[in-house]
Amino acid sequence: MNAYGLYTLLHKEIFRFLKVFVQTILTPIITVLLYLLVFSSVLSHHVKVYENVSYIQFLVPGLMMMSIIQNAFANTSSSLFQSRMTGNVVFMLVAPLSNWEIYLGFIGAAIARGLLVGMGLWIAALYFVILPIHNPFILLIFAILGSAVLGTLGLISALWADKWEHISAFQNFVILPLSFLSGVFYRVDTLPEFWEQISYYNPFFYLIEGFRYGFFGVADVALSTTFLIVLTFYTITTLFCLWLLHTGYQLRH
Amino acid sequence: MTIAVNIEQVSKHYGQLTALQSLNFTIPKGSFFGLLGPNGAGKSTLISIMAGLVYPSKGQVQIMGHDVRHAWRQARQCLGVVPQELVVDMFFTVNQLLTLQSGYFGLGRANRPWLQELLHVLNLEDKSNTLMMNLSGGMKRRVLIAQALVHKPAVVVLDEPTAGVDIELRKLLWEFIKRLHQAGHTIVLTTHYLEEAENLCEHIAILNQGQLIALDHKQALLSHHPYRLLYLAIPNLELSQLPPALHPKIHSSTTADQLVLQLHQDHDPIATVLDTLRSANLHFTDLHTQQPRLEDVFLSLTHRAVPHSL
Ligand SMILES: Nc1ncnc2c1ncn2[C@@H]1O[C@H](COP(=O)(O)OP(=O)(O)OP(=O)(O)O)[C@@H](O)[C@H]1O
Ligand SMILES: [Mg+2]
Repeated sequence: MNAYGLYTLLHKEIFRFLKVFVQTILTPIITVLLYLLVFSSVLSHHVKVYENVSYIQFLVPGLMMMSIIQNAFANTSSSLFQSRMTGNVVFMLVAPLSNWEIYLGFIGAAIARGLLVGMGLWIAALYFVILPIHNPFILLIFAILGSAVLGTLGLISALWADKWEHISAFQNFVILPLSFLSGVFYRVDTLPEFWEQISYYNPFFYLIEGFRYGFFGVADVALSTTFLIVLTFYTITTLFCLWLLHTGYQLRH
Repeated sequence: MTIAVNIEQVSKHYGQLTALQSLNFTIPKGSFFGLLGPNGAGKSTLISIMAGLVYPSKGQVQIMGHDVRHAWRQARQCLGVVPQELVVDMFFTVNQLLTLQSGYFGLGRANRPWLQELLHVLNLEDKSNTLMMNLSGGMKRRVLIAQALVHKPAVVVLDEPTAGVDIELRKLLWEFIKRLHQAGHTIVLTTHYLEEAENLCEHIAILNQGQLIALDHKQALLSHHPYRLLYLAIPNLELSQLPPALHPKIHSSTTADQLVLQLHQDHDPIATVLDTLRSANLHFTDLHTQQPRLEDVFLSLTHRAVPHSL
């Protein structure tokens, strides 16, 4: 194992997004604060959530996870795709780094960005609302899993894409709808039966469920089920991503 | 072990196109090896296969005895490739890029002096904190060379390092590469400047359309070439006056007052040629012959010799 190589890649990938932190950390936080402002004032009296939990309290964890998801995806997809396009990905490919090490370097940075955005939001949202914390350990696990899953999807899309349009299509037609329709703004069991059933097939729904559970200690689905589903989804995407790296798909011709 | 790179039955197909066809040769350890060939011959493809950037359709490659596919970690530690294209990470400084590349190879602070030395010998010291995007093409080229050498690889491959590089830098690069060679590195070089290859390389391989068409010591390659050039100074030369028998032998470097003939060592005795000229009433004021240069060998082997038009 090339531990120092992995550390270097991780370091580089974190440095890459920190260098433009206004764009990669600050902007997403501000965007979410705007959502918070608008939705909390419009919807707070119309949406019923858990007992003893105000709508805005309910909303914040959902928005946090949505932001974590989108930023983790953006981080790996843009980094890998950009180096593929400029061709400088070869410097990583000629180095003695295994597929696992490459994978972990990128995913580690996606997790770092996810956690930073999540933390930033949590702090910024303190201005609006104070959230109870039922179990910080569960919060952390789901924040990490959310970042890792989406970081993996980001890598997969960066390998699949042939032009920037493909990345934004993946982002706009897959990631965005799935993250919006995952119960960020409402409890899915308040939806009409059909949409509720559909929601249970959305893996992002479980990320938000688990994350919210970390704050409130209540959820619509049992925590163990949620955890198992997220873990399964993560395993499948990771295996697929590692397999793509192993075949050299779009990297080694 | 005397072999630096072992290329075994390597083929590469891109759909219908055969980029490399059953290549089978070795690059001796410590040699200065020229990999030559016209555009599209497959040089870069072969280099990419050595670096593990392209998978061969058939065959295998070992670098210092390590298989590129199976012992990839060791193979990559032994190889440094300077790519043909100017690919750089625009948003990093020279220093950052070298530190990163060195880190990818598992080398930390202890490698700092070597990176510093690379910056020094490549004349990049005053640019070490400059962003890549603010460097000129020649400077980027030097950074690419430094990047390929961060881990002191036993085998250094340079894919057209002097394309688009000014004379001064070219000299600097050759001095530097010669020093690497003297320090024991195996050097593999591709270039379209055949004079460079002739001056530097001991071993020459010529690829054409994915096939190996020559592989020898430079001297052997040159001496096996059956042609030499005959230079004749003829004031106010009129090519149309030339006897038809000589037309196929006119070399492309012929000028208005110098006739250059390409003569076969065995079939075109100089005496006969001179007699032919004399009988056509052509008088030369000076004459000398020249042994073949690499360029002549190259052109005749790759069938690119263009007959001189009258
Ligand atoms: N990724 C690819 N897909 C399809 N064809 C390719 C690919 N890479 C190279 N080729 C083809 O393989 C052949 C060999 O290309 P290569 O780049 O190895 O030539 P080269 O000898 O390096 O030429 P040059 O002197 O111009 O650099 C060419 O016909 C090229 O078009
Ligand atoms: Mg080439």
